[in-house]
Amino acid sequence: MSDHHHHDEHVREHDRPLSGVALRVKALESLLVEKGLVDPKALDEIIDTFETKVGPRNGARVVARAWVDPAYKQRLLADARAAIAEFGFFGYGEDMVALENTSKVRNLVVCTLCSCYPWSVLGLPPVWYKSAPYRARAVIDPRGVLKELGEEVPDDIEVRVWDSTAELRYLVLPERPAETQGWSEEQLAEIVTRDAMIGVVQVTVPTGSRR
Amino acid sequence: MNGVHDMGGMHGMGPVEIEKNEPVFHAEWEGRVLALRLASAFHHKWNGDMHRYARERMPPARYLFATYYECALFALEKLLVEQGLVTAKELETGRAEGKASVEAILGVAGVETLLRNRKRVRLDDNVAPKFKAGERVVARNIHPAGHTRLPRYARGRRGVIDRDYGVFIFPDTNAMSRDKKPQHLYGVRFAARELWGPGVSARDSVYVNLWDDHLEPA
Repeated sequence: MSDHHHHDEHVREHDRPLSGVALRVKALESLLVEKGLVDPKALDEIIDTFETKVGPRNGARVVARAWVDPAYKQRLLADARAAIAEFGFFGYGEDMVALENTSKVRNLVVCTLCSCYPWSVLGLPPVWYKSAPYRARAVIDPRGVLKELGEEVPDDIEVRVWDSTAELRYLVLPERPAETQGWSEEQLAEIVTRDAMIGVVQVTVPTGSRR
Repeated sequence: MNGVHDMGGMHGMGPVEIEKNEPVFHAEWEGRVLALRLASAFHHKWNGDMHRYARERMPPARYLFATYYECALFALEKLLVEQGLVTAKELETGRAEGKASVEAILGVAGVETLLRNRKRVRLDDNVAPKFKAGERVVARNIHPAGHTRLPRYARGRRGVIDRDYGVFIFPDTNAMSRDKKPQHLYGVRFAARELWGPGVSARDSVYVNLWDDHLEPA
């Protein structure tokens, strides 16, 4: 384990494994290989897929296209699974729903019971999404969470929290920043972040990022 | 089950901390756990809901302290033994006492297909919906000891059907007895104040996906 953790004494030690867990996993893999249940090369392939072929860049392309192509946006909002399938990403057969942020509505996605997440467009979930603090607080105090992450949502904006309790996953379609007029789809995709597609932040134009 | 996994609305868990430039896996073994889980599930000895229920059965103090992949490892070991792919003794000693009798295993060539075509839980069964969009409902006040996708914070609360998503496998029975019990899945909108009282914004709401068996007319 690297030492990138800066956590204090809260219960959410969600990324600090017990010592010996790596050995236990190694032993389990050897056992399953010996029993003829798994092929280690297939395991490598699965890991490689998650490390290189899926991830939030896929979702960013979906969002960018919806921003530049009104017909695509309509398809995405009507049937997100089919609209996402147009890109040919690794699909996971997920049923998807796209949630559009507007000047009046902010959407926020959580899975309070486990860690359901739209793998096909965002890849594997980050630690914070799977952690107790987010799962506990997103439904009861979404404004508090958003504020903590940098944004105080004005009272006149409606916050909708979506608890992913089914095999039906959500992608937040963030608002396009006003200063990106004329940007290409590729340029737009570069500024769409994972966290904006979960709904905890908005898309902003980083300083120095100009077309 | 009324377990610690059902976290919606709990206090005292601390701040949400987003790690910058987070790697896909924080340690090599995490990726191995994910891959072992998917390759083991290839044998169809359990479904995704059974996997969730296995995670929920991690003892609560351990669950709160465990990482996501430690929970996944716990669930995988439990399912492997419960569903007879390995024996408890084999798991303990790490030594195989014989080959498993399975029809095929997941090979490299099968990975792309597996990941592209993960089994959907939407069903084509022709089942009539019990509710329509716009209808007022109340989430049943039930406390099943087994798996359920009805979070505690919604039980007994009144909401409105936002939309009907069609017919889906019912996880509550699929996890316990492999009974798919096809029925309609809905997005149900609960006003934040209905769930959490007067201290929250009157504008806000929480949408929960619930099935026919979770709901009653209000």
